[in-house]
Amino acid sequence: MSDHLEQLENLSIHILREAYANFKSLCMLWSIGKDSTVLLWLSRKAFLGHVPFPLIHIDTRYKIPEMIEYRDQLTRQWQLDMIYGMNTEALDRKETYPDGNADRLRCCKLLKTEALKNTLSGQWPRYRFNHAANRYETDPNHDPFTGVIVGLRADEEGSRSKERYFSRRDRASEWDIADQPPEFWNQYKTDFAPGTHVRIHPLLDWTELNVWEYIEREKIPTVSLYYDQGAGKRYRSLGCWPCTFPIDSTARNPQEIIEELRSGQLKNIAERSGRAQDAEDGGGLETLRREGYM
Amino acid sequence: MIPATDEKMNIVIAGHVDHGKSTVIGRLLADTDSLPQGKLQQIQELCRRTSKPFEYAFLLDALKDEQAQGITIDSARIFFKSEKRHYIIIDAPGHIEFLRNMVTGASHAEAAVLVIDAAEGVRENSRRHGYMLSMLGIRQLTVAINKMDLVDYSRPVFDAIVQEYSRFLSEIVLSGSFIPVSGMQGDNIAVASRRMDWYKGPTVLEALDGFIKEPPPLDKPFRMPVQDVYKFTRAGDTRRIIAGTVETGAIRPGDEVIFYPSGKKGVIRSLERFATQPPSSYQAAQAAAFTLEEQIYVARGQVAVQAKDIGPQVSRRMKVNLFWMGKEPLTPQKEYLFKIGTAKQPGRIEEILSVMDAAELNAKDKKDQIDYHNVAECIIKTDRAMAFDTADAIPALSRFVIVDNYEIRGGGIIRQALPDSQEPLRQQVMRRNLKWALSAVSRERRWERLSQKACLLLVTGHKNAGKKELARAIEKKLFAEGKLVYFMGIANVLYGVDADIKTPGPNQSHRPEHLRRLGEVANLMLDAGIILIVTAIGLTQEDLEIIRNAVDSDLIEVLWLGAEPTDIKIDLHIESLENLNETLSQIKRLLQQKGIIFSI
Repeated sequence: MSDHLEQLENLSIHILREAYANFKSLCMLWSIGKDSTVLLWLSRKAFLGHVPFPLIHIDTRYKIPEMIEYRDQLTRQWQLDMIYGMNTEALDRKETYPDGNADRLRCCKLLKTEALKNTLSGQWPRYRFNHAANRYETDPNHDPFTGVIVGLRADEEGSRSKERYFSRRDRASEWDIADQPPEFWNQYKTDFAPGTHVRIHPLLDWTELNVWEYIEREKIPTVSLYYDQGAGKRYRSLGCWPCTFPIDSTARNPQEIIEELRSGQLKNIAERSGRAQDAEDGGGLETLRREGYM
Repeated sequence: MIPATDEKMNIVIAGHVDHGKSTVIGRLLADTDSLPQGKLQQIQELCRRTSKPFEYAFLLDALKDEQAQGITIDSARIFFKSEKRHYIIIDAPGHIEFLRNMVTGASHAEAAVLVIDAAEGVRENSRRHGYMLSMLGIRQLTVAINKMDLVDYSRPVFDAIVQEYSRFLSEIVLSGSFIPVSGMQGDNIAVASRRMDWYKGPTVLEALDGFIKEPPPLDKPFRMPVQDVYKFTRAGDTRRIIAGTVETGAIRPGDEVIFYPSGKKGVIRSLERFATQPPSSYQAAQAAAFTLEEQIYVARGQVAVQAKDIGPQVSRRMKVNLFWMGKEPLTPQKEYLFKIGTAKQPGRIEEILSVMDAAELNAKDKKDQIDYHNVAECIIKTDRAMAFDTADAIPALSRFVIVDNYEIRGGGIIRQALPDSQEPLRQQVMRRNLKWALSAVSRERRWERLSQKACLLLVTGHKNAGKKELARAIEKKLFAEGKLVYFMGIANVLYGVDADIKTPGPNQSHRPEHLRRLGEVANLMLDAGIILIVTAIGLTQEDLEIIRNAVDSDLIEVLWLGAEPTDIKIDLHIESLENLNETLSQIKRLLQQKGIIFSI
């Protein structure tokens, strides 16, 4: 096993186990993307084949259809406790970017940030997969989640590098960057005041290259959108179809993506450059993230 | 430069404000070709146009503003590489945030660069940061004496600082190399200086390349703080898996392990891993998982140790060095949470031995509180005994943090285990646990069968508060609901098990011994799966600790009945028995919340 991947894996597993031991109401955000899928795989490693907490997906109804198919397929195959939430009101009002009634940032805020906050707090309905009935059903449980595992990486984008492994969020899910407590050794923030929650980031030290190396090594199933299907294009980062664009690339599998990343071809292109909302946020996600975006 | 390997090293950079950390980093980036093309020229040009003298620090600021896509720099980390390997400099920007970020950074760093201004010399934060690095466990350090250009590259100036700071480093048990540099002029950063012929040592970059990747501590005794015990029965998995990250040493199937502080013992049956074959051993720095031959009770917070090795220290009192970062002072008047490994205990500062003035670090004042950003030597006393090692033996197991109002606000290392009054009791319980003969039925199977967890329900309060009445009412209610429950009158123990010590001795009360025996009797009943209700007059926290020595402390619930509770930590306070039914429902809710009674 490659040494640096093993080190990353060991620390991530340690963090996941700390999270599970300390947070009674714990969940993991699964965006269907490569990072959170690696996180899902690491959870199965940490808990010896099990994923002992629900996975939360925020559905905007504008996700690329393959993403939802892949989500439900893996949910059945791995017997995952799958929950999705969404901003039904905004969708009903058609207050979205594709409907022409909101700019990209506002659309993100409504369909993702707001939906996320209210799904985590239990204010809005949650739809949970019933394996016996093979369908999603409204979840009667409205308890807020106090620990939320998120697959973000420090190298993705400026504001994410300011995160801790365990980052507190206040009542309104807001994040006070300037006032973060220290993380001594492997001691994390596992105590929290009523009404607040903690975001947990087991992949903070991973790079995009590490993620692909790990996917390749562990043979983790990933959604086909990441690979060129013959048109010379592939997605590097996944999101909603109206705001996410593929990049020019002929990489057809994880091995070829690793070569592409190593070769430096993508060196001057930001990973999220295909995500149009970032550009409207002055080149960073900081505004969205302070308000609770992942 | 293309490094020969994928090897990465985390470096933390420290030093007094304005001593030139950013300049040293900026120059390091420039001289290792780690900057985006044309960036240096662009900033130089900008400075020329605005008539500002160029500084490498501007370069860092400009890079940060651009958020250069996480390639060279992001807000907290700077990436560059030498011919030898990749480096990540954990930068701690900002004045106020600096120490908190430095602590976070240094906790994950393998080496440090500390910058001292040649013209200003050793300052308050040069010492404070050096002290922090030592406490956090950094063992590889290089000290860059910067701005040598401002002192005419003078050897005597350099030598004087080396002498002063070396003396300080030796006091805090840290050593380092010293390099005379000028970040501004580029002397001895990545290129050897021609202006200081008298210096024959390495450049900063060479010093970094000279740091070694320390191998995981395999040669030390095995230590693994237990993170959790998994049993995913509902998913059809019957394994009972003990999980944790190995701090030192290694284990293999067949090894005998003891869990501290309880002293329970078991033999490793299997190592567990998902998706691939389990390894032949789990060793330091690995996230481990194993099962035991025996069904002994193990919980998060215990430390797994090889039976053949020297065990850790176990005590409620310890002498420590700590660093406080809370805005409110750390005081002996207040209770805090102390975390060592995965164990967490409430406790207090019993005594402040000395508070070191960061400006001098040798002035040892006697103080009654520890202020923001101060370093101190103290005695800590925790509610229950904790297992740990001292800093000179196994550093990882000597580290603790202090949680105040939900936040980590301080941390330190344990220098010495101090005796506490319960030492003999603990020894006796350890011996009992080592000799304990297990019943053929595991605790979990018994609990599953009974649809209840064993529990010691201590009903305490002042005399004539109605404790027995309440105890009997609880017993009846739980019994009616099908639970295996027993109210044990204290007299039954006093005139039986305690018959030999019923009369007080000539000089002493037998109370501690009564409580110990009560604990031992309760322990047997709990092992049989019973919910045991016991009444006792006016129990204090100290009394409770004696009982907790003998009984697994997470199986005890304390009810206080009536007014004016003692210092004992209570799970439920019942003012009176006026509304008995409501009280009983309250107790039932508590037992349900704690998972003591449940239905499948």
